[in-house]
Amino acid sequence: MNIPSNILTLILGVALTLISLWYGQNHGLMPVAASQEASEVDGLFNLMMTIATGLFLIVEGAIVYSVIKFRRKEGDLTDGPPIEGNVPLEILWTAIPTVIVFILAIYSFEVYNTMGGLDPMASHDHQQMMAEETMESSQLLAMDNSRLALGLGQSPEGEQTPPLEVNVNGIQYAWIFNYPETGTVSGELHVPVDRPVKLNMTAGDVLHAFWLPEFRIKQDVIPGRESLLTFTPTRTGQYPVICAELCGAYHGGMKTTITVHSTEDYQQWIQDNTFAQVETDGDVALIGDR
Amino acid sequence: MEQVHPQRKWQDYFGFSTDHKVIGVQYLVTAFFFYLVGGAMAEVMRTELATPDPDLVQPEFYNQLMTMHGSIMLFLWIIPAGAAFANYLIPLMIGTDDMAFPRLNAIAFWIIPPGGIFFLCSFFVGAPQAGWTSYPPLSLVSGVWGEEIWILSVLLLGLSSMLGAFNFVTTILKMRMPDMDIHSMPLFCWSMLATSALVILGTPVLAAALILLSFDLIAGTAFFNPAGGGDPIVYQHMFWFYSHPAVYIMVLPFFGVISEVLPVHARKPIFGYRAIAYSGLAISFLGLIVWAHHMFSSGTPGWLRMFFMATTMIIAVPTGIKVFSWCATIWGGKISLNSSMLFALGFLSSFLIGGLSGVMVASVPFDLHVHDTYFVVAHFHYVLFGGSVFALFAGVYHWFPKMSGKMVNETLGRIHFILTFVGFNLTFLPMHPLGLQGMNRRIALYDPKFQAMNELVTIGSYILAVSTFPFLINIFWSLWKGKKAPRNPWRALTLEWQTSSPPIIENFEEEPVLWAGPYDYGIDTESVDGDEEVDDMLAEVAGSS
Repeated sequence: MNIPSNILTLILGVALTLISLWYGQNHGLMPVAASQEASEVDGLFNLMMTIATGLFLIVEGAIVYSVIKFRRKEGDLTDGPPIEGNVPLEILWTAIPTVIVFILAIYSFEVYNTMGGLDPMASHDHQQMMAEETMESSQLLAMDNSRLALGLGQSPEGEQTPPLEVNVNGIQYAWIFNYPETGTVSGELHVPVDRPVKLNMTAGDVLHAFWLPEFRIKQDVIPGRESLLTFTPTRTGQYPVICAELCGAYHGGMKTTITVHSTEDYQQWIQDNTFAQVETDGDVALIGDR
Repeated sequence: MEQVHPQRKWQDYFGFSTDHKVIGVQYLVTAFFFYLVGGAMAEVMRTELATPDPDLVQPEFYNQLMTMHGSIMLFLWIIPAGAAFANYLIPLMIGTDDMAFPRLNAIAFWIIPPGGIFFLCSFFVGAPQAGWTSYPPLSLVSGVWGEEIWILSVLLLGLSSMLGAFNFVTTILKMRMPDMDIHSMPLFCWSMLATSALVILGTPVLAAALILLSFDLIAGTAFFNPAGGGDPIVYQHMFWFYSHPAVYIMVLPFFGVISEVLPVHARKPIFGYRAIAYSGLAISFLGLIVWAHHMFSSGTPGWLRMFFMATTMIIAVPTGIKVFSWCATIWGGKISLNSSMLFALGFLSSFLIGGLSGVMVASVPFDLHVHDTYFVVAHFHYVLFGGSVFALFAGVYHWFPKMSGKMVNETLGRIHFILTFVGFNLTFLPMHPLGLQGMNRRIALYDPKFQAMNELVTIGSYILAVSTFPFLINIFWSLWKGKKAPRNPWRALTLEWQTSSPPIIENFEEEPVLWAGPYDYGIDTESVDGDEEVDDMLAEVAGSS
């Protein structure tokens, strides 16, 4: 009985590992990945799913096995074995989760850094430019410290194509996109594929949150402050833009689309939409200022 | 009094009493009433969400229901229900006759019914609709009086919770029977120490935030209102400084309940007493330094997001210790699958899922995707329903014979469990993929591509609603016609089982005897002083009488 149970444990362990590894890669829970950031996050999520599946099977397995195997027989009034603890076992199940969360924390840190979350210069560009016009450099430093970056900046890796900058204004219950390069104003976001996009975001009334599920990124949009979101679309197509912070009764209706164009299509879109803007520009600015 | 050992009359439960047992039952029944109210609101919301369009109720009303559902379930159900067990059990478990401050205890309870009714009255002036988090500026622009009532009610309930916490700590530390040192008291008392510390440290900060918010709302100040130069992010920090620990305030007491229920019905000592006791304190301490993980996508700079990610993930370690210890407790035991044990095992299997998704949402890059989606809704319902509420029912079935002197009907109890377990998982499991796929939370209208899964969730929630009926029938029927409960129906070793069911007014007929450790099952226990009556009771526990 001894040897078979050892082999059984081994087989169970191998099966558990294989199932976890397989499910971690094939859960199919995430929507399409349409940005560089999305594939980073999905890699992290797959690892977390693998570990979670393994732990889930072990613990639920132990519970179900106990319920089947260790049942009290009718009329049996005796107690179970008086085991009050087991120090090596307890050290083991303290150490393993510690190692797991350590690995997850480091991996998450790496992913977050790659996504540009720790970009030291992140969102300063805009304020710096404004500040440089009006202030001495000592004041500038003070200003920098008090206004740290919010959101995702440039990724420290790879080539640094100058990003496409878009100013985003969130108001109840719409998003307004302003392209400073061309003066285009739109209620939908249009971007070219494979070029970094940098959104400078603020809100006109209450808190909103800018969420692109297919891009796996989200950042609150805060009245009176500027926040920032940088990402690189990798897949053409049309995807939802969703407000993810409760902003009033029609919060659920506050959505629009982001269209990722090929470079040529994007140029075409810009051309088609720059012309029509001149007269509507003022109106939109008014809404934004309210 | 004419009787030698006077019992409470049923009328006593409807008036002002300083008896901790009466107050405990009053807490529990009041909390359960609000559970039904909050649950009814959830059912209206789920019915609305059965279709993508806002066709059943106005979106404004949906947001009111959503706000009230969250606030009621947290402040009027889970937190008072934890206090209910604490009030009822602590003096009995440590072998004393009442709480340290009985009158304060009664006052703490009597704040709750008027507070709760005041809160419900906000529907007459337009209930708050900024969510239970009440983030400004939205909370400042969506109806003044509903919001103000919300603030005042939460302040009142917070006060009640603090009065209770001071009482629990004092009682546990100062009123244990002479022979009981701190390492031989039941684990439920440890969990209430950890809980009370959080209540005492966290609640004042929430109160400060709400008072300032109230000034912004009524007097037009601008502490948090960006229109006047205020900072809405500061509110979020102050709010979560209490409200994240509040999650532990809501779950730690029920960890304690589980540590009591499992050993008795598995006939084994608790596995790793000290590890469970200290991990509760560790959770309590770490719980104070994780609050900004609710704000990863908010106004939190990158390095701070990393700090709070690390602290949050570390909480998985003490929590894991508890879960593994509970599994090891039932492993190799002699399990009776009665209603109490079923709910305890339901707790273990559901809370695990909430814990695993908890580590996931602690990871900043992943949280940036799922924050404020149904994934998070699924996560916290697995913790607060799968965790707290399952354990709460385990506790109710376990101590009902002690509280009422009547046994419950096990068949109805099992039906209750099966309906709850199926309904719960059907309601909340599909919310994980919904959130990952792109459904945000707190919305009355949603993308039609999510309809099929939402229908499933709505059906699950109806099963959950139905599951309360066998429970209610069981309770009323058992009170009326149930079999009389003996002193110690589960053959348990904690001290509340040494007295009659229900206990007499001053708890114990004579000085209680520390007959054994609280979980010394299977260990040959003989009372030290050779008291015959105690020996008889011990023999009964050991099953040899």
